[in-house]
Amino acid sequence: MKIPYYPGCTLKTKAKDLEDSAIAAAKVLDIEMEELPRWNCCGTVYSLASDDLIHQVGSIRNLVRVKEQGANQVVTLCSMCYNTLKRANEFFLADEEKQDRINRYMDEEIDYTGDVAVVHLLEILRDEVGMEKIKAAVKKPLTGLKVSPYYGCMLLRPASIGIDNTERPTVMEDLLRALGAEVIDDPYKTECCGAYQTVNRKDVVVTCVHSILTSAQRNGAEVIALSCPLCDFNLDNRQKDILQTYKGFHPIPVLYFTQLMAIAFGLDESVCRFELSYNDPRPLLKSKGLIE
Amino acid sequence: MKPRIGVFVCHCGLNIAATVEVSEVVKAIKDYPGVVHAQDYIYMCSDPGQELVRKAIREKNLTGLVMSNCSPSLHERTFRNLAASEGLNPYLVEVANIREYCSWPHQGDKETATKKALTIIKATIERVKRNQALVPLIVPLQKRVLVLGGGVAGMQTALDIAEGGYPVTILEKEAYLGGRVRQLDRTFISLESAPDLVNEMIDRTLKQPNIEVLTTAQIENLSGYVGNFEVRIRQQIPWVDPDKCNGCEACITACPAEVPSAFDRGLVTRKAIDWTPGERSGDKSIFLDHQVCRRVTHQENCTACQEACKEGAIAYPEDRFIEQTYGAIVVATGHDLYRKSALTEYAEDPDVLDALQFERMLAEDGPTGGKVMRPSDGKVPKEVVFVQCAGSRDPDKHFPYCSKVCCMYTCKEARRYKEKVPDGQAYLFYIDIRSTGKGYEEFVKESVEKERLLYLKGKVSKIARQGDKLLVLGGDTITGVQVEIEADLVVLAMATVPNPGAKELARLLNINTDPYGFIQEAHPKLAPVETLTAGIYLAGTSQAPKDIPHTIYQAGGAASKILSLFSRKELVHEPLVARVDTEICAGCGYCRDNCAFQAVDVDPIRKKAVVNEALCEGCGACATACPSGAIQVKNLDSKQVFDMISIVTQDYSLQP
Ligand SMILES: Cc1cc2nc3c(=O)[nH]c(=O)nc-3n(C[C@H](O)[C@H](O)[C@H](O)COP(=O)(O)OP(=O)(O)OC[C@H]3O[C@@H](n4cnc5c(N)ncnc54)[C@H](O)[C@@H]3O)c2cc1C
Ligand code: SF4
Ligand code: SF4
Ligand code: SF4
Repeated sequence: MKIPYYPGCTLKTKAKDLEDSAIAAAKVLDIEMEELPRWNCCGTVYSLASDDLIHQVGSIRNLVRVKEQGANQVVTLCSMCYNTLKRANEFFLADEEKQDRINRYMDEEIDYTGDVAVVHLLEILRDEVGMEKIKAAVKKPLTGLKVSPYYGCMLLRPASIGIDNTERPTVMEDLLRALGAEVIDDPYKTECCGAYQTVNRKDVVVTCVHSILTSAQRNGAEVIALSCPLCDFNLDNRQKDILQTYKGFHPIPVLYFTQLMAIAFGLDESVCRFELSYNDPRPLLKSKGLIE
Repeated sequence: MKPRIGVFVCHCGLNIAATVEVSEVVKAIKDYPGVVHAQDYIYMCSDPGQELVRKAIREKNLTGLVMSNCSPSLHERTFRNLAASEGLNPYLVEVANIREYCSWPHQGDKETATKKALTIIKATIERVKRNQALVPLIVPLQKRVLVLGGGVAGMQTALDIAEGGYPVTILEKEAYLGGRVRQLDRTFISLESAPDLVNEMIDRTLKQPNIEVLTTAQIENLSGYVGNFEVRIRQQIPWVDPDKCNGCEACITACPAEVPSAFDRGLVTRKAIDWTPGERSGDKSIFLDHQVCRRVTHQENCTACQEACKEGAIAYPEDRFIEQTYGAIVVATGHDLYRKSALTEYAEDPDVLDALQFERMLAEDGPTGGKVMRPSDGKVPKEVVFVQCAGSRDPDKHFPYCSKVCCMYTCKEARRYKEKVPDGQAYLFYIDIRSTGKGYEEFVKESVEKERLLYLKGKVSKIARQGDKLLVLGGDTITGVQVEIEADLVVLAMATVPNPGAKELARLLNINTDPYGFIQEAHPKLAPVETLTAGIYLAGTSQAPKDIPHTIYQAGGAASKILSLFSRKELVHEPLVARVDTEICAGCGYCRDNCAFQAVDVDPIRKKAVVNEALCEGCGACATACPSGAIQVKNLDSKQVFDMISIVTQDYSLQP
């Protein structure tokens, strides 16, 4: 199947590892992720934090691009993009007067009517591909790899747009199990990573991430799997700062779920772009015999 | 006979007279056809005012009265009684409301008000002209009460009524009396033993000669009305004969059906045939729970227990049905706790208990013999977290209401825990501590000081298994810090909810429930023990969460309402009911479909509507639905309504 794909800014820069591994892994499952032409900023915190209509325009314009492709579904990878686009859609659908004003203002060829579904790749894997098919595509099962999934907030909250149960999500667990990994259940998997506090209150992020990582490690995790570039930055890069505050801390690699898919599907290691990780995951993966 | 109507116009001080030109009204109405007397007075309801009316009835030989004053809800009864004492049929008196309907809304506009008052009075005169003399209906009263539920609410109501001399039947769906209280350990604030408290009540109930107790019994069907409810009861006959059973337990060993014990809230299992749950020590007997037996659940022909029993004590007779007439019914079906699994942020874990499970663990007659232990491994828990308002006061996700008793029982449970594990630590997360009963606040203060209970004002966001411990994440809003506790055991004060089946029961009884399934009282302040269906009362936690003292108050209230009902010889019902003209009625049943009181039915043989006058409230819904005008409400029939409409619309009628 072919589906328009909205990358967002980070996937073209810092999170190239997420994009490349996702596109390659999806292809194995016959999912063709076609980058949306002329996409623009998803809106990020601006569209979430303010009621002004103008802040929704950017988000909605992306959905118009989807319609221009003759499609009614768009897939995202970054949790933040998923959240903003889906919520912009919700905001738009809730009020006819606002719909009208946004459409007039945008002045696009196609009027938007709220009929594009925003989905996350995890949803497609669960609802359309199915875990059985994923299992069948595995060439190198992640046997013996102890992975702790981390959801953060953007995939699950608010409940109305969550891809899974807000408090007890299982989609990543099911996926990782299909890939053959040993799944570690970490109680902190839905706790906040500190998000944008990373810009001016590093200490807050250090405290949050330290709890998350040490809890996962206490439960036996060797690697964390996630889907959000911001979470990834906080959970991976901030380990350098954690080491300064918490002396006994042992670093742990952090990967996108798509990188683990790529490995399990036996794809070339280059699509994983491991060089972009702060904590190099390669020694661990090598020790498990998963990469050369 | 020509009508001789008297019209009395009241000033109501200045309430009416300041806006309606009373003297003009009297002048204008004096010569209206059918009127032989018209008079005004400053307060018609006062003694001199009433004397004027009496005098006129006598001297002018009046055949009807139009009392033009305040709302009928205030003085209709006054003037009807007055008429009766003068030998005039009370149903020939009607009120023309010229205060609420006229002078009050038209203050400052004398002209309009005076004109409108005249219109209202004329319309009422036309109505009275066609009024019939009626006599109240007499309904027999069966002085026998049915109480649904044998918890403390049901038993207390039954005891109060039985001691008043009337027979009572208690229907209890379980095998034992006592309800939830029978499952508790101690009770706040006296910390006396709950089994002792409730057993004493059970003893009194069983010994009271006017009370019949039917356990494992439920109501199947109900018809009739206050004074005469026809009830069909289904009772499961015990499958074990207590006289033959010697308690050898052979049947228990043989039984293949093992389930979590409902009485012990799943802390242990029980067989379908096992010792009776909730029994008082000393009279242990074997009980076969039909709801769990494979003969019922799997429709199998299992006879394992019968074969194992050497005494031949086991047989499988069919349920029996009892039909009985009752004058009044009390709903005392109690409460349950909200299910833990609804709170998805909390782990489903053997060491996360609800408050009733913890009561069973504290109770000496419980599965651990009163020893506090972690269900996962039997170790004594040293760090115990209590979470209040679990599911209560959470309008977005669960219930908006406060469950009322959990603040108190959580404090009690924590205190009991500390008495049993003195070196343990109890943490209590709360939103507010609601300790509003007599001596309750003192109990909480004393417990905090004596047992060093650690109260934390905040909510718990997560409970998760972390190896050997339970990780509890929460906030303490007073110090503003996030709290992480590694707990051994967590106790959730789950929201109080109605017993399952309350909605179906309410439907069967034709009474209402609130949005959460609690039985709806007739009025939250003025009629808290009545339902909107006459003759059906309520008591205890079936109506709303409450503690034992409040349950007992309400039970006493329901009992006294019934005793006052029974103090009458018979029931009197307003004669203003619907009547069917059988010559016109086509038996279409529209009236039946529109009656909210189930008071009309169509006779299947004669194909004519029949009104049950005892049930009819005279609302008139049937009359408006009937396509041929065959069903009419007495003293408000269609001719009267049209006569009144003609008066009111006189000014607007099309002139040729
Ligand atoms: C954990 C916990 C601790 C508590 N501790 C205290 C305390 O220390 N002090 C205090 O004052 N209060 C306490 N309470 C409150 C107390 O339990 C209630 O006030 C009391 O049980 C109310 O009695 P009830 O008869 O209204 O209801 P219940 O006790 O619930 O009894 C209702 C009865 O009706 C039966 N029934 C239900 N449906 C039907 C039906 N359709 N037909 C026939 N029978 C039916 C049930 O089987 C049950 O026997 C506590 C409550 C809880 C949950
Ligand atoms: S009939 Fe069978 S299932 Fe039922 S109580 Fe007896 S042994 Fe148990
Ligand atoms: S009684 Fe206390 S614990 Fe229970 S819902 Fe009300 S405030 Fe919460
Ligand atoms: S008057 Fe009302 S209560 Fe009476 S039979 Fe008609 S609809 Fe029912």
